[in-house]
Amino acid sequence: MTHYLLTVHGPAEMDEYGNYGSKEEMGEAFAATGAFNDKLHSDGYWVFAGGLQPASTATVVDGQGETPVTTDGPYLETKEVIGGCWVIDTPDLDVALRLAAEGSKACRGKVEVRPFDGLA
Amino acid sequence: MQRGTAAVERVFREEYGRLIASLVRRFGDIDIAAEAAGEALVAALEKWSESGVPPNPGGWLTITAGNRAIDRIRREKQRDAKHQAAFMYHDDTPHEPTGPIEDDRLRLLFTCCHPALAPEARIALTLRLLGGLTVAEIAHAFLVPETTMAQRITRAKKKIAAAKVPYRVPAAADLTERLGGVLAVLFLVFNEGYLATGDGDPVRAELNGRGHPADTGPPPAAPRGAGGGRSARAAAAHRGPA
Repeated sequence: MTHYLLTVHGPAEMDEYGNYGSKEEMGEAFAATGAFNDKLHSDGYWVFAGGLQPASTATVVDGQGETPVTTDGPYLETKEVIGGCWVIDTPDLDVALRLAAEGSKACRGKVEVRPFDGLA
Repeated sequence: MQRGTAAVERVFREEYGRLIASLVRRFGDIDIAAEAAGEALVAALEKWSESGVPPNPGGWLTITAGNRAIDRIRREKQRDAKHQAAFMYHDDTPHEPTGPIEDDRLRLLFTCCHPALAPEARIALTLRLLGGLTVAEIAHAFLVPETTMAQRITRAKKKIAAAKVPYRVPAAADLTERLGGVLAVLFLVFNEGYLATGDGDPVRAELNGRGHPADTGPPPAAPRGAGGGRSARAAAAHRGPA
C-alpha cells in the first residue's frame, strides 16, 4: 500500500459561500464530501483529511538562519491555493486516481494526487 | 549457426521488448529489468561469438537476465528498497492481479501509456522499453537534444516507481477509456517503423511487425460490452494506417 496526498485546489479569493455560488450548492458539496469521507472510512483507504482556513490566514516561517523570520501570508501568492486535503492509503495509483475523481466531484474542486516518500 | 556481433545485436533487438516486459513482471522494477537485460547482452556477445547463437536465443536471454537481476538484488539487499524486492523470492502471497489479458508486453504497454504520464513521455518510454530504440534515436525522432530525452524518460520511470503506477491491463470497465492512449502510442511507434528517423534502413520491420495481432496475442479491444467500432479501430491500429 502507498500513501497519497490529495490536495484540493481552488480560488484564493472566496465570497460568502466559498466558491460554491449559493448556500444550497455549498450544502450539497458539504454533504457529498461527507458521504465520500464515510466511503473512504468503510473501504479502508482513510488516513486523514481536513479543510483549511483561507490562505490569507497563513504564516511562513524561515528557520534556516540564526533567528527565525516569520512572514504574513502564504508561501506563494497565487490565484489558486490549497483549500484542503486528504491522506489516503491505497494499493496503487489507479485506485488513488479513481478516489481523487470522486473527491473532486464531491467537493467541487481540482485535486492533485501526490505519493508520499514514506511516512514518519 | 550465425556468428558475429551483428547477429547478436539483431537477436537482441528482436527480443528486447519481450525480455524487458517479462523481467518487469517478475521483479516489479523497470530499472532492474533494463540493467539485467543490458548485462545479458554483454554475456551474449561474449558467449555467442564463440559458440554461435543458441537455438532459443530469447529463452537464453530471459534466463541469463533473470539470474543477473537476482544477483544484483542480492548484492544490494542491505538497502531497504532492494530488500523489499529480494523479499519477493520467499514471499508466498499470491501475485497481484495482473488484469484480464495474460501478456507481459501488453501490461508494460499499458504502464508506459498510463494517463498519469505526459503524452510525449508515454511514446518515448514505449519506444525505449518495448521498441528497443536507443535514447539517441528517440531524441532524433522528437527533434530534441539527447540529454532532454534522457531526462524525460528517467523522470517517467521515476514517477512509475514512486507513484506506484500499476503494471497491469486495466479491468474491462476501464479498458475502453485507457485504450485510446495506447492506440495513439502504437500508431506513433508504427510511424517510426514505417519511416525510421535513424540512419540505415527507412523501414524497420521489427517495429511494424510488433503491431501485428498474431504477435501480441488477442487484440486489446476484446472486453465484453465494448462497442464494435472500438474493436474495428483497434484492428485498424494493428494493421497500421491505411
